[in-house]
Amino acid sequence: MRALVFLEHHGGAITKPSLGILAKAAALGGDTAAVLTGSGVRDLAAEAGRHGAATVFVADDERLAAPLPQPRVDALAALVRDQSFDVVLFAQSVLSSDVAAELAVRLDAGLNWDLVDLVVENGEPVGKRPALADSVWVDVGWTSAPRLAVFRSGVFDPLVTEGSAAVEELTLSLEDHSLRTELVEPAVDASSGPSIEDADVVVAGGRGLGAAEKFELVEQLAAALGGAVGATRAVVDSGWIAYPAQVGQTGKTVAPKLYVAVGISGAIQHKVGMQGSGVIVAINKDPHAPIFDYADLGVVGDLHEIVPRLTELVRQRKGA
Amino acid sequence: MKLAVCVKAVPDAASGRRIDPATNRLGRGGDLVLSDFDLHPVEEALRLREAAGEGEVVVVTLGPENAADALRKTLAMGADRVVRVTDDAFAGADLTVTARALAGALRRESADLVLFGQQSADGDGACLWAAVAELLQTPVISQVSELSVADGAVTGRRQTEYGYERIKAPLPAVVAVSDSINEPRYPSLKGIMGAKSKPHDVLSAADVGGAGEARTTVTALAAPPSRGERRIVEDDGTAAEQIVGFLEEKRLLG
Repeated sequence: MRALVFLEHHGGAITKPSLGILAKAAALGGDTAAVLTGSGVRDLAAEAGRHGAATVFVADDERLAAPLPQPRVDALAALVRDQSFDVVLFAQSVLSSDVAAELAVRLDAGLNWDLVDLVVENGEPVGKRPALADSVWVDVGWTSAPRLAVFRSGVFDPLVTEGSAAVEELTLSLEDHSLRTELVEPAVDASSGPSIEDADVVVAGGRGLGAAEKFELVEQLAAALGGAVGATRAVVDSGWIAYPAQVGQTGKTVAPKLYVAVGISGAIQHKVGMQGSGVIVAINKDPHAPIFDYADLGVVGDLHEIVPRLTELVRQRKGA
Repeated sequence: MKLAVCVKAVPDAASGRRIDPATNRLGRGGDLVLSDFDLHPVEEALRLREAAGEGEVVVVTLGPENAADALRKTLAMGADRVVRVTDDAFAGADLTVTARALAGALRRESADLVLFGQQSADGDGACLWAAVAELLQTPVISQVSELSVADGAVTGRRQTEYGYERIKAPLPAVVAVSDSINEPRYPSLKGIMGAKSKPHDVLSAADVGGAGEARTTVTALAAPPSRGERRIVEDDGTAAEQIVGFLEEKRLLG
């Protein structure tokens, strides 16, 4: 099977979820190709080689400097048509999802998304996808090649093979509409202190806290447990806490030993960022909150009563 | 300014969403409601029209006959017109088929700005806008938590995995908005009464350039892997103590 992996990069490095897809593609057998698109990305090809790519196609062009989908689709469409890949694989992200969807209509190809695995059954690739808030798993297939697949971010770990890749430069031919969009202000990484991705304990707060000033309940419990502070997208978008704390689909993916969810309903966008946690404790006043479907201990009650008391008890235990 | 909003009527989560084992498709015969995510682009379109002091808001959807009631909510909120693509040929539509149907309907409208919600409530898809933009050959901005329109261009604040960016594109353009962009209004009584007389056009597959062929299939269903034993307690005043007991049992307070 000829697989092509779209490699996303940020801050001069290929993203970890993208390298994970590369490991998956290499495990499927056959020659694994990867594609890098951006400005000044040629040097990243070696990193892709070390992680399992046999060939890396590189579109290195100033017009690809901004992380926008449309010019990338032009590069990928030409490449996939020329090389007739059987599968084209993406790690889910804001950019990659848009690229994959545009490529699907451009090539009249099938796209399956939110996959957690891809297996080959009777010679045909079959995708595994949790659906309807993960209440059912479905097998999905494609009726024609190329088959486009977008995987949940972080479902595969990268694998260092210490290989080296053959590098092939792509010539870029762009559509008129691909260059009309302009990045006016790039993302600024405001992270400070240790990353929540490395913490053993994460205490995260959601809209159920009710107000920005109540976020200190989460911070105090996190401090007592010696953990990091996390948050849902709603809380980050409302400005209660800065973006680096966000857990979930467009935030961080964390897998601490203990995850305490405070006032978080646990919608799928949040779940995908923390379901790998060892033990999940949830406090929420709504007994029907989805988080109770996957918390190891779920407490239905008023967080404003429970959390300060819990913080106090943890301080006492830790102090003892 | 002409604004189009693409929405989806989905099976009501309260009455249960089920995949029909005979077809491996999500059952859409029961009660349908407007996807919550889609209230936000409708609200945003209404605000843009109000700010401009003129314009039209057209709601565009692909869905079955029984989607009509759910769509009326958008008219009650203040949208001017619904355009619904309905045809048996679209049963089992996948991403590319759906994108072609919507793009076909949108081409007839020539809107300045096409808005989407942040994802579908039932299929969890979050990329349809990009496919539609590709078909319309227009710029696209996704995951927008703030937007403004001025001098023939739209500027959006987009959240990605790396933080917030600001992106600008000339109109016509396609923009997908997040559910934090606004608080959708509740329809007024007057709005609800007025919705009944607003136009609700129905288009067939032929009207939008044909249904085409789905390129993906669902071949099997299975129960999800179990996460093991779960414990749910109601706070009787000792919840904090119970949590500490649980953490000690799991050796997490070490």
